[in-house]
Amino acid sequence: MKRLASMAFAAASVLSLQGCAGWQSALDPKGPAASELAWLIWFFTGLCAVVWVLVMIALAAPVLMRPPRRTEPLVLDAGADHRKLRVVAIAVGLTAAILVGLTLLSFFANRTLAAIGSDAALTIRVTGHQWWWEVRYEDATPSRILTTANEIHIPAGEPVRLLLTSTDVIHSFWVPSLAGKLDLIPGHINVLDIKADKPGTYRGQCAEFCGAQHANMGTFIIAEPRAKFDAWWNDQLQPAAPPTGDEAKAGADLFLKRPCVMCHKIGGTPAGGTVAPDLTHVASRRTLAAGSLTMSRGNLAAWIADPQGIKPGSHMPVVELNGDELNAIVAYLEGLK
Amino acid sequence: MRLGFATLLSVTLALAACQREERDTRPQSSLGSGGQPTPVTALEPGGQRPSPRDNKAASFEANAFHLSEGKRLFGWFNCSGCHANGGGGMGPALMDQKWIYGSSMESIHATIRDGRPNGMPSFRNMIPDDQIWELAAFVRSLSGNAPSSAAPQRNDGMMPHPSENRMPDAATLGKSP
Repeated sequence: MKRLASMAFAAASVLSLQGCAGWQSALDPKGPAASELAWLIWFFTGLCAVVWVLVMIALAAPVLMRPPRRTEPLVLDAGADHRKLRVVAIAVGLTAAILVGLTLLSFFANRTLAAIGSDAALTIRVTGHQWWWEVRYEDATPSRILTTANEIHIPAGEPVRLLLTSTDVIHSFWVPSLAGKLDLIPGHINVLDIKADKPGTYRGQCAEFCGAQHANMGTFIIAEPRAKFDAWWNDQLQPAAPPTGDEAKAGADLFLKRPCVMCHKIGGTPAGGTVAPDLTHVASRRTLAAGSLTMSRGNLAAWIADPQGIKPGSHMPVVELNGDELNAIVAYLEGLK
Repeated sequence: MRLGFATLLSVTLALAACQREERDTRPQSSLGSGGQPTPVTALEPGGQRPSPRDNKAASFEANAFHLSEGKRLFGWFNCSGCHANGGGGMGPALMDQKWIYGSSMESIHATIRDGRPNGMPSFRNMIPDDQIWELAAFVRSLSGNAPSSAAPQRNDGMMPHPSENRMPDAATLGKSP
């Protein structure tokens, strides 16, 4: 029985540690800020564990040890009292030293974090909405300013400056593999500098409760080599691909005649809404509805047909479309690579 | 006995208040006709016809969720472009006691859906029916025609008037105290 329990415990610990790896974990750092924080987490946890064990031993010792037998209970032993006082004084001194040491450590970690993006060449404005992320790439040339949603492409190995703000309620931007969390506050801009050491996809999540669909407010940071990133930016700046095929053409027409056009933008068409995600290159993204669904024709259709079933309370309304209309619009959106 | 009665009463009252927050985000196509003809004029021979009534009107009117959604859509769809946050500009003011086409939910719904002469565009097919009802409910709250317990309580931006739940009641609007 005891053996079974210990085996179960070992299996559980292995499994729980495995959960720490992957594309969204503060314990699996992929950038300088996250590495600094991960080191801090492990050091704090380790030191506190040692202190806890020592305290438990100190507590258990007098309980378990047999007190020395005294012949005369009223006789004072000045020497023993002094020794005890010394032990307490040393323990208090050690506690103070450890606390000051940990404070200094976190202070120096903060200095490292603050120094990461001081020379960032790329600035991205991330605006939180209920429940998706608007991503705007700033550029000195207005025609190169790019707006997209939910996916943040960055060049790997370069520091990137994120300007965080919100239009409705307070959200929090947290990509555990790259950096700590920082709030997005309406009417205020917070600055977060991030850097990904290696190319890869890192998942992020809103970390401040922001309403019904807070849990379905995911984002992805996609770090790519510089050349690939530049090519991606140039691709995204292009207006939407014109529809090919009769079904997609009918879909493009319907998009402008149905409620879609009231909120969404498709570059190169009269659709110019700015209150919902930009759909100019929607099919080039990996997910739909802020990480809720993977991108596929079926999921596109499902999302348009019943957004309130997939993400109840989201601001995407149920639009009355018949089957042909739905298929046509999906065919059009699917072609927007 | 008296304590039990008081508890029962307070629970009933508390549960009754839940309707104010009911969030019905999926349209119920069985309710509401959505296709009533809009009279361009109210002048008719043989006196007034009873005005058309819609089942949906009541469920949207006193619901805090729908009212705040209407307020959000009012901004998103640029109603302020002509109605200027209710104060009026190119379009008529919405925060006074004058109603050109009637103050009922049904009339406002018809105005948004089908448009009106001299400038009000038709949003038929461009705004889903439920969202039109939300807008209609919010427009009524601009002039104190919504219960203050349900009307929106906050403004996100700078607004020319207090939030809708602090607007003067429709009965006293436009009269000096």
